[in-house]
Formats: sequence, C-alpha cells, structure tokens
Amino acid sequence: MELSTTTWIILAGAFATYLTRIGGHLVLSRFKTIHPRVNAGLNAVPAAVLTTLVAPAAVFTGPAETATIIVAFVAAFYLPMMAVFVLGWIAVLAFRALIG
Amino acid sequence: MNAKREIADGIRSAMPVIFAAAPFGLLFGALAIDNGFSVFEAVLMSATVYAGASQMVGINLFGDHIAPWLIVLSIFAVNFRHVLYSAVVGRHVGHWSKLQRYFGFFFLIDPQFAEAEKRAEDGKTVTFLWYMSTATAIYASWILEGWLGAVFGKLVANPADYGVDFLLPVYFLGLVMGFRKRPSWLPVVAVSAVASIGAYVLVGSPWHVSLGALAGVLAAAAIGGEPAEAAE
Repeated sequence: MELSTTTWIILAGAFATYLTRIGGHLVLSRFKTIHPRVNAGLNAVPAAVLTTLVAPAAVFTGPAETATIIVAFVAAFYLPMMAVFVLGWIAVLAFRALIG
Repeated sequence: MNAKREIADGIRSAMPVIFAAAPFGLLFGALAIDNGFSVFEAVLMSATVYAGASQMVGINLFGDHIAPWLIVLSIFAVNFRHVLYSAVVGRHVGHWSKLQRYFGFFFLIDPQFAEAEKRAEDGKTVTFLWYMSTATAIYASWILEGWLGAVFGKLVANPADYGVDFLLPVYFLGLVMGFRKRPSWLPVVAVSAVASIGAYVLVGSPWHVSLGALAGVLAAAAIGGEPAEAAE
C-alpha cells in the first residue's frame, strides 16, 4: 500500500508526541531519589501548565471571556467542578449577549 | 476496591473532559477536510497524535505547503509540555508493569494527567484499570468526534454561537482551582499566569505554554520542598 506524504507526516508527528509523553518518566525513573526541590517543582506542574492554558485566553479573547473567567474563578472557591463548568458556560453566553 | 467501581469512577472522571473537548474534536475533523485531508487521514491524526492543540497547528501548516520536518517539529513543540506529565504521574504508578506504563502514557493528555493527579491527591491509588477506563472513554470519543467532524463538518454551525468554544479554558481553570491545596499553589499560579501572558505577547504561541509552565515550576522549586526544611 502506498502511503501519502500527509500520512507519513502524521505518523512522524505521532511518534514525536509519544516521545514527549514517555520522555519525562524515562529520565526521572533513572534516579533512585528525587531532590525535595525537584519534587516541589513536579508537584507544581499541574497548576503551572494548566494556568498557561487559561491565562492568555482569559486576557486576550475579549471582555466577555475575561468576565467569564473571573466569575468561574470566584465560583470555584465555593462550588464543585461540574457546577463551575456549567456556570462558566452560562456566564460566557450571558456576557457575550450583554457586552459582546 | 473492586473492579466495577474503578471502571465507573474512571468513566465518571472522563465525562466533563468529553463534554469540553467535543467541539474541538468536531472542529478538528471539519478543518482537516478543509485543509485537504482525507477522512482516513483526519481520523488517523486524532488516533495517533491524540492532542487537540497540536493537531490544529499541524493541519494549519499542511495548508501552507511547509516542509514536512517543520510540521513535525511544530507538533513536537506544542506537545513538549507532556514531558513533565509522565515524570509527575510516574511517581504514583510504580506498581504498574513496564508495559502498562509505556502503553498508558500514550494517553497522558492534559485532562488525563490532571484527573490522575487529582486521584492521587485524594489518597486513592491510580490503578491501571481506573486510568485506562478514563483514557478509553476520552480516546474513543475523541476519535469519534474527529470522524463526525470530517464527515459532517459542513453541517457544524459556528461553535461560538453556543459558547462551546470557550468551554475548554473554563474547564482548565476548574482543574487549576482543584489543586489549590497544594504547597506554593498561589505563587505558582501567579507566576505562570504572568509569564505565559508575557510569553504569548513577546514570543508567541505555542511557546507561552512551555515558558509559562517552566516559570511556575521554577518558582515552586525556588520556594522549596518540605515545609520542615522551609527555614533556610
């Protein structure tokens, strides 16, 4: 079977992606002990990475989206995840209707 | 804990993810066809690369007749943050076999990583069964959405009309907030937010993700490890 160039690029991209998914474990599992500072850094990874997926979107998308993130941020201190999610959805629709 | 419970828990963790990612899975399929992909190629990319943002970047570059190696490099750059994920989750899955780890980490995307960390933080064991139940549910729906988008793309209306285009940032914010009991959470979030916004303006996307995350991780490392050794 003849594979298209596109297919080869996809497979190469998939391989590169798989390397990023196992790479960190490959490196870290070689060490017997983890330095406390490295451990502190690793514990911060979820908040650090996920914040970068939110912050620019919150600031640069538009005023309605900025307002939505503020509402969701405050709500998250009081409500469970799923409620925040639904509230955020309602908020973005409402703010877009009100302030565009 | 019994197996049925693990599977049910895993699928429950996947639900909001499936919901939030659905518009992007559909959009990817539709855009892939617009950029000259066949339905097979669109589904293949969702099934093998399996990372929304990098798939979008990839198909945008395909449309511009850019050198193949540069497309692969761009996909690698967008996904580089994943390097951190298996390093972090790897600490909770020491009881998995080697094969389970190298198989399981294929599915270690942003929400899978966050759900696994949440489970570990709740004091529950991150079993292979729970992990793969979450992963299978997300993976299967992602592929299905890519296929639906590719086949019916022309029928998908503007996602912004329904507000679904902004669900993913809201979902990620919810995840960030879920980790707020962790040490140094506030400084980490503040540093990552400022650094990613700065990098977004100065360097551009997708580098703001890696640079912003790196700044937050370094901040946590600088603040230190155990509270006991905080006095220094």
